[in-house]
Amino acid sequence: MTGANGDADDVARAPWIPGPRRSADDHADLTADPTPVTPPAPTAPAPPMPPEVPETGAEADEPPDVPQLTHRVLKSLLGAWALSACSAGETKAVEDHLTECAPCAEEALRLRDAVALLHEDRDLDLDPLLRSRVLENCLGRRPARVPVPEWVTPYDAETARLDALLRDIGESEWHAPVRLKWYEDDHLVRRKTTVAGVIGHLLAVDGLVSSALGIKDPLGAGVPELSPTERTEAFWSALDRPPNRALRGPWRDQTHTLIRTVSFAGRGVGDLTVTYKDFALPLRDSLLERAFECWLHADDIANAVAYPYAPPSGAHLHGMIDLAARLLPAALAGRRRSGLAAPARHLVAAGAPGRSLHLEVEGAGGGHWYIALDSPAAVGSPDRAVAQVAMDGVEFCQLVAGHISPEEAAAGQDGDREAIRDVLSAAASLSRL
Amino acid sequence: MAMETPPRWDRKMQQRLAAGEAAALGEFYDRFASLVHSLAHRVLDDDAAADQVTREVFGYIWENPDDYDPKQGNMRSWVARLTQRQAVHRLRQAEATAYAETGQGSAEELEQKVRRAHVAARAEHIVTSMPAPLRAALELAYFQRRDYRQTAADLGVTEDEARRRLRLGLQLLSSANTRPLEGSSPPGGYGRTL
Repeated sequence: MTGANGDADDVARAPWIPGPRRSADDHADLTADPTPVTPPAPTAPAPPMPPEVPETGAEADEPPDVPQLTHRVLKSLLGAWALSACSAGETKAVEDHLTECAPCAEEALRLRDAVALLHEDRDLDLDPLLRSRVLENCLGRRPARVPVPEWVTPYDAETARLDALLRDIGESEWHAPVRLKWYEDDHLVRRKTTVAGVIGHLLAVDGLVSSALGIKDPLGAGVPELSPTERTEAFWSALDRPPNRALRGPWRDQTHTLIRTVSFAGRGVGDLTVTYKDFALPLRDSLLERAFECWLHADDIANAVAYPYAPPSGAHLHGMIDLAARLLPAALAGRRRSGLAAPARHLVAAGAPGRSLHLEVEGAGGGHWYIALDSPAAVGSPDRAVAQVAMDGVEFCQLVAGHISPEEAAAGQDGDREAIRDVLSAAASLSRL
Repeated sequence: MAMETPPRWDRKMQQRLAAGEAAALGEFYDRFASLVHSLAHRVLDDDAAADQVTREVFGYIWENPDDYDPKQGNMRSWVARLTQRQAVHRLRQAEATAYAETGQGSAEELEQKVRRAHVAARAEHIVTSMPAPLRAALELAYFQRRDYRQTAADLGVTEDEARRRLRLGLQLLSSANTRPLEGSSPPGGYGRTL
């Protein structure tokens, strides 16, 4: 805008008088602005309707300090005024001006109507289940030439849900404190970070899968084999300032690249080994584990910023519970070797049914699992069940994530108490940063 | 906030959809689902109907990715136009059914709703195609509720410049309300229902 300072200063230098309105023709010089946005005001005194008063911090009983502003500045404030984005004093100054300047009043009304056209696409208003329904409908109408493998869908769905949450949170919420907790040596460990720090953690650990697939590792090239915790610490300490919302892009890009790469990789890629330093998983389980972590950390974030967050769909939750149940016999054996679990009672030949714990999971994604107690080589069997634990699916996942203690878990227990204690402790020991 | 510049992203996405890549469909949904759903909801004012339109619009795009013509604008405004067209189609259908069954509703009411839908789609188009600095300023002031001084600080510009951008952005947007209506056909050459 080319200013008309000279013209407008007459008005601006005049003391502010909250008195009667002046009609437009009292200061015709204002309309002589070289670049009027609207046609010059009619000479007839036509005080326009004042627009509805925007919400400001102004207190009714305490009038704000009204600054003296030039016409040029008042006009430049119209956009900010329409968006309620100026100070209480400026708001008052603009509104006083509108009663005496027809062109500005006309523009003010127009801009205020335009604000009503802005609207927020809020992802949280979308039912997360709509995504799978829409995609299913599409693929029914035209089958994919390059499908996303079935076992990748939990990771696809959970990363999409977390991304929708991230899209809706404000700049400051990225710095909201998050308290991560998990079990280490049978003790609850806590670690303080922020929402952005959690995304950095997910980005760094998903990088394990990336490097297994030969994709660019977020930790850089030539990183030695690190555990998930070590990767996270390395990533956090390499940042030159506290993590912020800028991490959303790299995190999301990596998830997209992973899903895409696996889709193109063809059959057999699910059996590829992903090493976590201390253990390894086939890719199909690894991505299920990453989906599980993504959900639980999304839940941590949602709690930190007071947003609601639902558990995964029943089918995906079932897969996650199943993975934990499959990992339990080996976790039990590991604890036994460290003296943390009772010694084996009845060793059987590999592949034969052994003493088992019946895990009954209720609710969506639930089912029945039989956990072999004495050896990972034995097969869990209903006939040899010596104990039973009944739990809700989400509660079981919270136990596996180390969010609740083995003592807090288990709504219903029946049978061999030692077996129950060992299995629940082993479940909690699956948790880590 | 965009992770890749729109024209490049749009072209690549079109190619990937045309190649039948399901992973691309997921990414496409994640980028536009809230736009489609909220536009449809503004026209139809009903969750189930907006869900239905969302399903139809994505189904159509997945089957016809080659219909997108980058020369006519960015992908976002193409998606907005398709949505608006389909939502208005559904609206007319629903109102006709309601009229036949109950005798309620008037032609003027319907046309008013249709007009509002056109204005909404034009506004969407204006917002997505306005210069990025203007959009960024509006985003901060409106969605992030920053005042213009904070907006200036966030953008690293003078307060004068922040005021200018907010005013200019709204002036552009206001043309959605004042531009003459073009009957029931929206801008662009995508003339048929899905």
